[in-house]
Amino acid sequence: MAKPQDIMTTQWDDLVINSDIPVLVDFWAPWCGPCRRVAPLVEELAGEYEGRAGFVKINTDENQALAAKYGIMSIPTLLVFKGGLPVGQVVGARPKSEIKKRLDEALV
Amino acid sequence: MAEQYDVIIIGGGACGLTAGLYTSRAQLKTMLLEKAVPGGQIATTSLVENYPGFPEGVDGPDLAERMEEQAKKYGMGFRYAEVEGIEISGDDRIVHSSEGDFIGKTVIVTSGAEHTKLNVPGEAELTGRGVSYCATCDAAFFREMRVVVVGGGDGALDEGLFLTRYASEVIVVHRRNELRATKILQERAFANPKMRFVWDSVVEEIIGEDGKVAKVALRNVKTGERSALDVEGVFIYIGLAPQSDFVKGLLPMDGGGHLEVNLWMETAVPGVFAAGDVRINAARQLVSAAGDGCTAAIRADHYLQALRAGERETASAH
Repeated sequence: MAKPQDIMTTQWDDLVINSDIPVLVDFWAPWCGPCRRVAPLVEELAGEYEGRAGFVKINTDENQALAAKYGIMSIPTLLVFKGGLPVGQVVGARPKSEIKKRLDEALV
Repeated sequence: MAEQYDVIIIGGGACGLTAGLYTSRAQLKTMLLEKAVPGGQIATTSLVENYPGFPEGVDGPDLAERMEEQAKKYGMGFRYAEVEGIEISGDDRIVHSSEGDFIGKTVIVTSGAEHTKLNVPGEAELTGRGVSYCATCDAAFFREMRVVVVGGGDGALDEGLFLTRYASEVIVVHRRNELRATKILQERAFANPKMRFVWDSVVEEIIGEDGKVAKVALRNVKTGERSALDVEGVFIYIGLAPQSDFVKGLLPMDGGGHLEVNLWMETAVPGVFAAGDVRINAARQLVSAAGDGCTAAIRADHYLQALRAGERETASAH
């Protein structure tokens, strides 16, 4: 079953920008407790959307420039990318239905 | 085909997780439905210092994780689902959710409360771009920056004090001229050199520049005087609103949306219980939420036993 892949800035272009399908990016950090609480929910979605959307995780401590580039000032933040651009965002520990909405919007 | 349970718990914070622990240990078939994150309010809290048994305090998300693990250990079922309503059909309580229907002989509503918004211009647009409802989540992004905390209760001061570890200055904006927070928190706040207070004031607008928070517009509620503060973050802690919309019309509630219950967490509908921050007269503490969950679970167990006794009588009469 698909699990969100922990990636680094070096993989960003390949796995997110140039992806054929929409990608949900989970911005997190090891010290962020709420991020840990959101992780199982994102994992579940990764399974449900397998094949239709990609799921990756970015550690903001280790990829600060990337996080700053996308204006991340709050974690957990989930950004949905389509065609290399952020088309949807979910900030904080929000309901599964809200995250699904952003994904479904990108899949249209 | 909808799934059948003895107990359906709506909301997976400390209250629901404790209820689930108790009903599962009582060997009642239990399903807990949680729309976002198990642990509820403590999932987004860092250090909990007032839960008994932890003199050094305990990490909120950690404790939440352990509560979840404990309940699941005894067989509690868990699903990410958002509940839209409850329908009563004879002895069945049908819970309609985003993931389908779940039928229980009892329902325990532990949907808790969520952060009240200011509802001012700029707030929604700048959420995640400087506007936050969780300092423990976001403080690290505000290193050496000046931030505002809106509110005067425990939440505002707790989170404000946490912010002083990162921010250059924390300005607490409160609509009255005295705080309602616990005394010890007030003492710590007044003693902290990075914190200052703006009294009798409300935020009228949050203004952004380049897609990020740049200033807040304030109004003094006593004098009417308007002013502005150049800040890069706004942390809002003005209160918690009970999440009870989905049972409007079914369960009696007070003017604020809190569900009416007796001391046994029983609502007006037999077999439907409400516990924790969503109910009237809640103490709104972690330990009281857990206590409520336990009470509701014990009562639900009694109700189910009585139901079964009644069924046996009916069956044997035929």
